[in-house]
Parts: sequence; structure tokens; C-alpha cells
Amino acid sequence: MYDFAYHKPATVADAVKLLADPDAKAISGGHTLIPALKHRLNKPSAVVDLSGIAEMKGIKRVGNAIVIGALTRHVEVATSAEVKAAIPALAYLASHIGDVQVRNRGTLGGSVSNNDPAADYPAAVLGLGATIHTSKRKIAADDFFQGMFTTALEQDEILTAIEFPIPEKAGYAKMKNPASRYVMAGVFVAKTGGAVRVAVNGAGPCVFRQADMEKALAANWSADAVAGVKQSADGLNGDIHGSAEYRAHLVGVMAKRAIAAAG
Amino acid sequence: MNVAAPFEGIGASVRRKEDFRFLQGRGAYTDDFNRQGQLYAWIVRSPHAHARIKGVDTSAASRMPGVVAVFTGADMAKDNVGGLPCGWQIHNKDGSPMAEPPHPVLAVDKVRHVGDPVAVAIAATRQQARDAAEAVGVDYEVLPAAVSMDAALKAGAPQVHDGAPGNLCYDWHIGDKAVVDAAFASAAKVVKLDLVNNRLIPNAMEPRAALGEFDPTTGDYTLHTTSQNPHVIRLLMGANVLHIPESKLRVVAPDVGGGFGSKIYHYAEEAIVTWSAGKLARPVKWTADRTESFMSDAHGRDHVSHTELALDADGKFLGLRVSTLANMGAYLSTFAPCVPTYLYATLLAGVYTTPVIYCEVKAVFTNTVPVDAYRGAGRPEATFLLERLMDVAALETGIDRVELRRRNFIPTDAFPYQTPVALQYDSGNYHATLDQALKASDWAGFEARRAEAAKRGKLRGIGISTYLEACGIAPSAVVGSLGARAGLYEVGTIRVHPTGSVTVLTGAHSHGQGHETTFCQLVADKLGVPVAQVDIVHGDTAKVPFGMGTYGSRSLAVGGSAMMKAMDKIIAKGKRIAAHLMEADVDDIEFERGIFRVAGTDKTKALVDISVAAYVPHNYPIEELEPGLEETAFYDPKNFTYPGGCHIAEVEICPETGKVSMVNFTAVDDVGRVINPMIVEGQVQGGIAQGIGQALLETCVYDADGQLLSGSMMDYTMPRADDLAPVSVATHTTLCTHNPLGVKGCGEVGAIGSPPAVINAVVDALRDYGVRTLDMPATPSKIWGIINGGRRMAAE
Ligand SMILES: Cc1cc2nc3c(=O)[nH]c(=O)nc-3n(C[C@H](O)[C@H](O)[C@H](O)COP(=O)(O)OP(=O)(O)OC[C@H]3O[C@@H](n4cnc5c(N)ncnc54)[C@H](O)[C@@H]3O)c2cc1C
Repeated sequence: MYDFAYHKPATVADAVKLLADPDAKAISGGHTLIPALKHRLNKPSAVVDLSGIAEMKGIKRVGNAIVIGALTRHVEVATSAEVKAAIPALAYLASHIGDVQVRNRGTLGGSVSNNDPAADYPAAVLGLGATIHTSKRKIAADDFFQGMFTTALEQDEILTAIEFPIPEKAGYAKMKNPASRYVMAGVFVAKTGGAVRVAVNGAGPCVFRQADMEKALAANWSADAVAGVKQSADGLNGDIHGSAEYRAHLVGVMAKRAIAAAG
Repeated sequence: MNVAAPFEGIGASVRRKEDFRFLQGRGAYTDDFNRQGQLYAWIVRSPHAHARIKGVDTSAASRMPGVVAVFTGADMAKDNVGGLPCGWQIHNKDGSPMAEPPHPVLAVDKVRHVGDPVAVAIAATRQQARDAAEAVGVDYEVLPAAVSMDAALKAGAPQVHDGAPGNLCYDWHIGDKAVVDAAFASAAKVVKLDLVNNRLIPNAMEPRAALGEFDPTTGDYTLHTTSQNPHVIRLLMGANVLHIPESKLRVVAPDVGGGFGSKIYHYAEEAIVTWSAGKLARPVKWTADRTESFMSDAHGRDHVSHTELALDADGKFLGLRVSTLANMGAYLSTFAPCVPTYLYATLLAGVYTTPVIYCEVKAVFTNTVPVDAYRGAGRPEATFLLERLMDVAALETGIDRVELRRRNFIPTDAFPYQTPVALQYDSGNYHATLDQALKASDWAGFEARRAEAAKRGKLRGIGISTYLEACGIAPSAVVGSLGARAGLYEVGTIRVHPTGSVTVLTGAHSHGQGHETTFCQLVADKLGVPVAQVDIVHGDTAKVPFGMGTYGSRSLAVGGSAMMKAMDKIIAKGKRIAAHLMEADVDDIEFERGIFRVAGTDKTKALVDISVAAYVPHNYPIEELEPGLEETAFYDPKNFTYPGGCHIAEVEICPETGKVSMVNFTAVDDVGRVINPMIVEGQVQGGIAQGIGQALLETCVYDADGQLLSGSMMDYTMPRADDLAPVSVATHTTLCTHNPLGVKGCGEVGAIGSPPAVINAVVDALRDYGVRTLDMPATPSKIWGIINGGRRMAAE
């Protein structure tokens, strides 16, 4: 790890000011940033620790949505009575991220800001059509995820909370990468206000919506409906753990399982 | 009330004494040692698989904060530092010695694998050393790399070493080819199989570390290092690399967190810190981070083999022909050349009566990390080959796979049994271990379980492996004649203190095996001293007379035998003292578990009476006997030991994802006499975990340029608890006939027997998909490819 300055602001406004330095980096749970620092892949001038910002914490129900503060740890989402009652698929997803240590440290905001193609949360955010609250604005999930490790966030923009609309049905299934146990291919399906969304993570360079499956499910909400939809391998990831074709195949399998889980 | 002390001798599951400190985080590992004025080393490593070094610029690095020195290969050459030696010389078919190119501690003119050390930065803190290492400018001229063995053997391939034309280290063989060819000519059936034994990265929990010290007032060097055999490191580094006499070099291997073979070898970093400590007259420490471990610890396995089995019409084996390519990596690691020869080809008879065997092995240099022994070393490769071949032969002859094995087993009354590949097995009962395992695994009931799984949409399979291995290495004269440059005896000292407690000094080294418990049990059993009053000292050349260390499941069979011999000497001397004290004839003194008795009388002396007399020799036969009660024995084994047994694996495959799940594993092993059943069970389970890892999960992958793609835990699949199955471990004992304990060794059997059992189970589960061969690891994507291909085949 290289040397850096360390700040721990108490408000979003102060954090934003500190992040005006283009070489400063926010840190939440640190379970992605710290390993990168240890490998010297990153050389920030300053690390701005968000964990003291009270306004970014907590889970609450607001109207027909669950709003989760960016600093909420995976374990809190996994065990929240509120989340389990309203969006059990989201609690299920959170309970299967990494291992116990990761869930005790990693945060929703850190994961979604990072937008690792193999991360879990982006599938739920996109699949549920959530709204991302930042220090500046509100961004629709469809506009937020822009590519591998790339989002709509600007350098001095902080993700403060995510607003998840409560769906009628939702389900998530993933195949884990055997080594890292991150997502090799995952599918989040949701029916919200009559509209069907299908988000795919792990398989491609960035989480994406599977339009053909959405169409098929809108007509007929069943595992059989997606069985007929073929995911193309074009543009999907291939590596030593599996080819693009394998991942394309897994998308179909996970879609069926996600629908089964959604009921 | 008189409560009998619990039995702690041979056969008792005494709890591991060492676990008190390990479980409390109070172990003392190399990195835990810190010295006044200590500096830290960071190694500059090659980012290229193959490159010429045109220049190394250390000027900027040398001026950085905290930096004390930056050394290169040229600096070491100026000091006449020697290359890292190889401990074994193999001879080619034509009798000429193998190619043995130099292995500089720091690369001089060329780098030969990603991770090859080029320079070392030494500074006041680890971070400063790392900063300086990044500032060392190495001017590389990148060269084409020979990464796979195929590529390395092609005409015109890049040459890893000028002194090894065609990248060939040796072309060796064993057996009479003409006789074997004749057996094939008369065969009713020939079964052929091509196999890959995947390259593994050991990944001990504790990364390697080394701390060098030098005392300018005495000229004494001390090295703390993560080693399985500190005396061997002292010998190799002192004599070959740094030219320090043994009397001036102390090597300490304190608590070591796992080795699995990877900590046997003499590594560059040990020489770097010791030499630098001398240059700078300050302690220098180096500790690997996990990324360095992946690219600098010796890797394991990596064979490609073609094999042919000749059978008669009844399925009796007539002959075996094997041709193997073995990857050495970029340099010869300490024991690398013996692994694919004397630890491999000599095992090709397995548990079978195959009358004639021929095996040729080409060892190949490539631009990859050196490959050496890893848990099992050669024997897993031989076992995988044989036990896969058994199943393919069963398939192609239509003979049941268990029956085919039985028909060819070495009969129980045939011991000692001379194989056609040099070894003479002393004991075993392969029918018994097979029968016991078939019963324990409910082999007979399997088809019902398969049908039940099919109802759940799963493909279930069962696989068997009836294996044997040779360990307890090794008779010095035998291995010497085969090219070993060291003896392979072991040393034990028994020190009975004045008041009767005992310290055992052993040349074996414990890095997870539980020696501090098992060895105490030998003393408890033989001398009657409670385990709590026995201490084991190991891992320090300043304390232990000598030793060859721990590997090849030798610690108990060889090291334990040395202790038994030393205890015999203690008893013999004790009898003479007892005879004097009780005024009896020495021939009339009997000894059992701590009590010397005049035969046929109730006159006795306890061991403590004898030790007091020995150290306070007031009433003592001083003219004929020296005071003191301490004895040392060197034990050189008469033969290898031959553990064996039967492993049965049961798997379920999800046809949608290709994921293989272990559902059951049964092991029945004959490890000879069992000293501590709990420790044996743990050793076997751990070995099986590694075997399952090799079969289903682990593999080292390089890209065509020699970059390590599986270079971290993110991409190298170490087994986790939920990858394993409930493992049932049992033993069936036949005693080793040639060592005083009757023990055979249990450290490696798990890793040797299990991989073919698992792969045979996977192939069995896929029987409807026309699978004949399957290379490890059986990953989900590979299995899906087979299932998907199989479906396509069926549809066409
Ligand atoms: C061993 C291991 C296994 C894991 N397995 C999984 C897995 O299976 N699935 C999975 O999804 N994840 C997995 N993770 C990742 C884990 O969930 C991370 O913790 C998470 O992705 C990042 O959250 P964090 O709070 O730790 O972020 P940090 O590491 O603190 O930050 C990550 C990045 O986001 C930025 N950032 C953080 N917070 C904000 C914010 N509020 N606004 C703007 N930018 C911000 C940081 O600057 C940094 O670039 C694993 C991690 C580890 C170490």
C-alpha cells in the first residue's frame, strides 16, 4: 500500500468537498478498495472514509419502496425484517454475497459504486428498476451502470442510498465462479407494477437487461417461457473458468431458477 | 482412590499437544521473529517468462528513503555466491548425466519465468523496501517463451537454457523394452490411454519467509526459515551457495504452517537474506506475500503420459508400456529430477501382478515456475495413470471394474513381492482393504442410489481406486545408486533427564503432522514416561544432531525408528545401571514400560531411579559405564514402506450446470501400525481434501506468453469445506516387516489414492455420454462441455 492522507468526514457535504481532489478515493467497507491498495493497483492521494456519515445509514420503508442507506452492510440487508418482508429476493441475494467476513464489512453503496461485473447487487438494482440517490441527484438504474467498473457517478459524487420499488414477485439465482465465488452468471427477475425486468450479472462485462426474456415472461410468467429464449454468447465474458458459450447457457439455467425462486 | 492413568501409548488417540499453542494463536512462525536493527528485503521479480537482462539500474532505488542496499546477481557473483544446487542426478538412456544448467540465486543474464528473482532491495521497513524494488530499473529484451511442454519440445523452440539443447533435461527409462514389446505382441487385448496430470500450486497456509542474521564478532550466521528440513538447507546453502561451514551456520525452522513438499527445497530467498545479513551485518527478513507464493513456490505434478496395457483373454495383465513427459519448469528445484523417475515409474506395478513394465520419461525445461515434489510426489501421478487405466480396461474388456482389479491383485500370500520395476513390497492385503471399502461404501447398493438421484435430475456415479505407494524414504545406499546426492536416514536423540522427564531431539520436522504428540506416545509406550513429561525438539540445527527432515511420509517410519533404536540403547544402559543397583546379573534384568525388574523377583527399579543414579553417580559402575542417560541413533531404513488401500468416491453431477458435488468418500488404508488413530484420520482426511482439490478444482494455468493466469485465490480454486464430502476413514493393518514400529506412513495416502477414485466416479456418472478420458480438474464448464457435446452427439 502506498501512503495516503486519511479523512473521516461526518457529513455528505464535507465528504464531497474532500473528494474534489481528483486523486482522492472514497472508502466504505473497504473490502474491494483495501485489497486493491494492498496490491498497489491504486495510489490515491487521500482516502475519504464515509463510515462516519450517519445520514447514509439505515433501512426504511417509504411508500411503496424500501430505501437502503449506502453504508448498509450486506449482513444488515440479509437479516432486515423490513427487507425480508417486502423484497425477500433482495435479502436472499445479500445473504449469499461472499462469506461471513465480507458480509460483515461490505456495503451496498460500495458494491454498486464499484460495479464489478461479477458482483451481486447490480443485478437487484437493475432487475428491480431501483433509483440511485447520490449527493447530487437521483439516477435511474437503467442509466446508472455504464460498463465494466463504470457508472454514472462523477468523481466527487457519492452514492447515498438506493430506493428499491417493492415488486409483486422477484427471484435471484446465480452460479458461482468456483475459485473466487463471485458470480459466474446470475439472473434477477422481477415483476413490479405489472412490468417484468430481467437483469443478468456475471456473464457479461456489465450487468444488463435480457429483453427477450422480459418479453417472454410478460406474456407468460413461467420457467418454460424462458426455456425457449436463447441467450447469445456474443460479447459475454470468457476466461479460464468458462467460455462465453458456457456463460450464455448458464444465463438460461439461472433464469429458470430465478423464476422458480420468485414463485 | 486409585485412578489408573489413561493409556497414552501406541494406539491411543491422545489429543495434539501442539494445538494448545496453535489454537490460541501462540505459535511462533518465522515471520514472528524480530531482531534489533532488522531490515526488510523485497525481491524484484521478472514480469516476463523469458527475457535477456540488458541492464539493471539500482541508482534511483538506492537513494530512496530508508534504503540500505540494493543487490543484483552481479553483486552476488562478485562474492562467488554459488548457484542453487540440485540434490538428485538422473542419467539418460545412454548413460550420460542429465542436463543440469546453472540456477543463479539472482538472475544474471536472463530471466526464465515470471517471478524469477532479479534483484533485492533492503530497507528499514517493508514498505520502503517495496518502494525501492519498484524503482529498480531492469532493461529487459523480451524473448519468445517455451511455455507448454509441447511447445518446448518442438524443433526451433525457444531455448530455456543453452546447456539443455531441445529443452530436454533427461530422457530416462526403466524396464526392458524388448521384453515388454514381446508381451504386447502376444496380447489378446491392448488398452491405450492418454492422460494429463494437472499442475498444482501448493498454497501452504503460511507463506514462505526467511530471516538471516550474522554476528560479526563470531562470524556465526543464523537463518530462520519456513523449512521442512533445516539440516538439509544448512548443508545445501552452506556447502554449495554461500560457502559457510556447518559450524558457523545455524538453521532454524520454527513453527511452520504447512508445507506439502513446497518447503523442502532450498530457495533463493534463504540465501539472499543470509548473504545480505552478512554483507550488512544486520538482520534481514523476507516474507512472501501470497502473490509471490504463487509465482515462486515450487509447483507440483504436471505430467503428460501415453500408456498401454496388454491383457490376455481372461483380463490378466501381460505388460505395461508408459511414455511420460514431465515438466521441470525453468530450473531444477532441489529434488525435481527424482519425482517423475524413482518416485513415479517404480510405482507402476501398483497392487497388480503385471509381469513386465517399461516406462520412459522425458523431463522438459519450460519458462514456468520450477516443479518439484508435492504431497505424494510421483506416486499420485502413477496411481492416477494406473487406476484410470483399470477403468478404461474394464470398459473395453467388459469385465467388471472390481473383478478386473481382483483378478490382477498381488496375492496376499505372495509377500515379499518383487515387482518388475525395482521395488520389493514387504506386506499388504489388497483384497482385505477392497472388501472393507466395498462394504463401508455400500458399493452393492449403489444402483438404487443412482436411480434415486436420477429422479431428482442428477447424474450419480461411483468410482474406485485400489492403490499402493512407496514411502518412508529411504535406504541411503539404494537412493544413492539411483542418483541421490544425500543419504536418507534419520536421527533421534533420547535425553532422559535426572528426574526422569524426557526430551526427544529428532531430525524430522513437524509442520502440521502432530509429531509433538505421536513421538511422545512412542516414549510413553516404550519407556513408560507420561506424554506430559516428554518434549519433542525439532527444527534447529543447533539443538538436533542431524536430520534429513520430513517428506515422503517418512517421519514416523524413519525418524520414529531412530527414536526406537535410541530408546533401545537407553534401556540397555539402564539395565546395566539397574543390575548394579540391585546387585543382579545384567542378563537377569527385564524392562517393561518404565520398570526394571530382576526376573522372577519383586525387586524393581523405576526409570527415575536409574536416571538419578546416572546423573548422581555415587553408587554407580563408574569404571565400566559413563554417567548420564542420553543416547542418539541414526536409522537407515532397509526398504521403503508400502501403504496401500482402497478409496471409493461417490459424486452427483448437475447436468444443467456441469457442477460435480462430492456426496460420499470412503477410504480404507493400510498404513501399518497406527500410533494415534485420531491423527491418522486427520492426515488421511487432509490428503483426501487435496486429492479432491486436484480432481475437481485446482489447476495452474499459464497463457501462451507464460503469464500465470491462475495467479491468485481469485482464479486458483483451493478446496473449501463445502467442496468436500463426508469422508469416512478406516484402516486395515498389515505390519511393515522391516522397521521396529511396523509403521508404513499416512501423510500422503489421501492425496495419492483419491484423485482417480473421484475421476472414475465422474466418468461413471457420465456413462451415457460416451466419456472415455477426462483430464483433471473436472470443472463445471468442462463437464457441461461433455454433457452438451454428448447431447449433440445423441441428436445427430
Ligand atoms: C473475499 C471477498 C469475496 C467477495 N465476494 C463477493 C461476492 O460474492 N459478491 C459480491 O457482490 N461481492 C463480493 N465481494 C465484494 C464485497 O461485497 C465488497 O465489499 C463490495 O463490493 C464493495 O463494498 P465496500 O463497502 O467494501 O466498498 P469499498 O471497498 O469501500 O469501495 C469500493 C469502491 O467503491 C467506492 N465507493 C465506496 N462507497 C462509495 C459511495 N458510497 N459512493 C461512491 N463511491 C463509493 C470506493 O471509492 C471504491 O472505489 C467480495 C469481497 C471479498 C474481499
